[in-house]
Amino acid sequence: MRQQEIICTVCPMGCHIRVTGSDDQIQSLEGYTCRRGEQYARSEFVCPMRTLTTTVRVENSTEPLLAVRTAGPIPKEKLFDCMGLIRTAVFHAPVALHQILISNLGGTGVDLISCAERKER
Amino acid sequence: MREMKYDVAVIGAGPGGLAAAAAAKKQGAGKVLIIERDTAAGGILQQCIHAGFGLTYFNEELTGPEYAGRFAKRAEEAGAELMTDTMVLKLSEDGSVVCSNPQSGVIRVHAGAVVLAMGCRERTRFNLKIPGTRPAGIYTAGTAQRLINRQNEMVGKKIVILGSGDIGMIMARRMTLEGAQVEAVVEIMSYLAGLTRNKVQCLDDFGIPLLLEHTVTRIVGERRIEGVWIAAVDAHKKPLPETEHFIACDTLLLSVGLLPENELTRAAGIVMSPVTNGPEVNQYMQTSCPAVFACGNVVHVNDLADNVSTESELAGTAAAQYAAGTLPAAEGFAHCLPGRGVRYVCPQHIAVHAGSCPVRLYFRVLSPGGKTNLRAVCGQQILAERTVLRVSPGEMEHLDLDAAELGNQEIRVEAEEAER
Repeated sequence: MRQQEIICTVCPMGCHIRVTGSDDQIQSLEGYTCRRGEQYARSEFVCPMRTLTTTVRVENSTEPLLAVRTAGPIPKEKLFDCMGLIRTAVFHAPVALHQILISNLGGTGVDLISCAERKER
Repeated sequence: MREMKYDVAVIGAGPGGLAAAAAAKKQGAGKVLIIERDTAAGGILQQCIHAGFGLTYFNEELTGPEYAGRFAKRAEEAGAELMTDTMVLKLSEDGSVVCSNPQSGVIRVHAGAVVLAMGCRERTRFNLKIPGTRPAGIYTAGTAQRLINRQNEMVGKKIVILGSGDIGMIMARRMTLEGAQVEAVVEIMSYLAGLTRNKVQCLDDFGIPLLLEHTVTRIVGERRIEGVWIAAVDAHKKPLPETEHFIACDTLLLSVGLLPENELTRAAGIVMSPVTNGPEVNQYMQTSCPAVFACGNVVHVNDLADNVSTESELAGTAAAQYAAGTLPAAEGFAHCLPGRGVRYVCPQHIAVHAGSCPVRLYFRVLSPGGKTNLRAVCGQQILAERTVLRVSPGEMEHLDLDAAELGNQEIRVEAEEAER
């Protein structure tokens, strides 16, 4: 059994939601004020997910770095593993907007995509 | 001096300037020029690589570069011209702008209307007057953000952040993901300056301590910063010496507020608001100089880029109308004033003319609170009213009203917390 207080980030209200349960079995939820908040607290308790945003090096471009993000949220516990993979990667211009740079990043099933285009220098 | 002629000239190619330029073209302005000192369009959003933009404007969550990219594309497709690497030196009352760049030297741009979209810059150590030595390793959060996210320069390994503004918290996460250790985020107020979402996802996620009602009392270090002394503060924000303790660090980031960048505006003699540090504007975002409009963070610091875009489209549309001579002439002005519980209201004036006169008033409350009644009143008459479940000085509020026939009257905006 574990108990967790989750601050909801769905809207600026920031409700404090207390969740009790085992690893993936939720027993009780208290303090949410809307349906979206309830859903957020459930998924946050079972498996918190985050969109990872960072930069990668791009050669042959006018700027040394390119902003990138995961195409969708990935498990929070994988953030540092994924950063390790991204840090060593180098790409070459041209890069298109939303081009897939690393597919299935770190086995998450989610791709790493570019947030801007980079023309060749 | 090279001379150029445009219908509308926009100063700044951030999200404000790009949206204003696209809107001016859409309104029918013939030639629109955007003047930008950086080498590319996008402004500060180019370095804001985190997500959270566009939730209200596009109804989807985008990163800063994606959000800015959409507006850059809009401005380009609308046919606005972009002149980068160009610094504006002077703004004249008649709507002419003197600027310079390496290709053409000094240029005078004659425009039917000018839109100011210079944004803001960060408050620095100088603004806070923090005692101590003057070593290397002290950055504003945004400078560190630019170095790390655009220039590939890591600023340090052991970090203290002063101020719980959004950029500070976002940089706490960014530095942590890049392998640095963030020792603490120190906030003098009893509440968070930025959004709760950022505390959860940038601090709590990584176990970074937030010290409310604390401040940095001294900076220590000769060549490079070696650490800071921090202390709790009393109700008057005065440090309590008995609580003072040392945190070793090689970098101090300051996230202590933003200041609209208005050197050009002041030099042109445009009337400024002492509260927002931006020009006073009417509902068309028109300044005291009729040919000059202003939008975004140069007018008042916004918490959401989405609000900047919406406001800037208004400014761009009105600037195009002014240049074409079709902006309705004011028959009188209603003055918008902060009432109980409100820090400021923008626009400060409403140009009233015949027929309906719909206006959105943006304002900030003075202090955080629970269920609050927001209202705009004119004498005894309630013009607009809304109850919200919570308020925070960090989150801009708004009310929509019709100012028809309110010429030369005062509109007060009030925020009154319902009894707890």
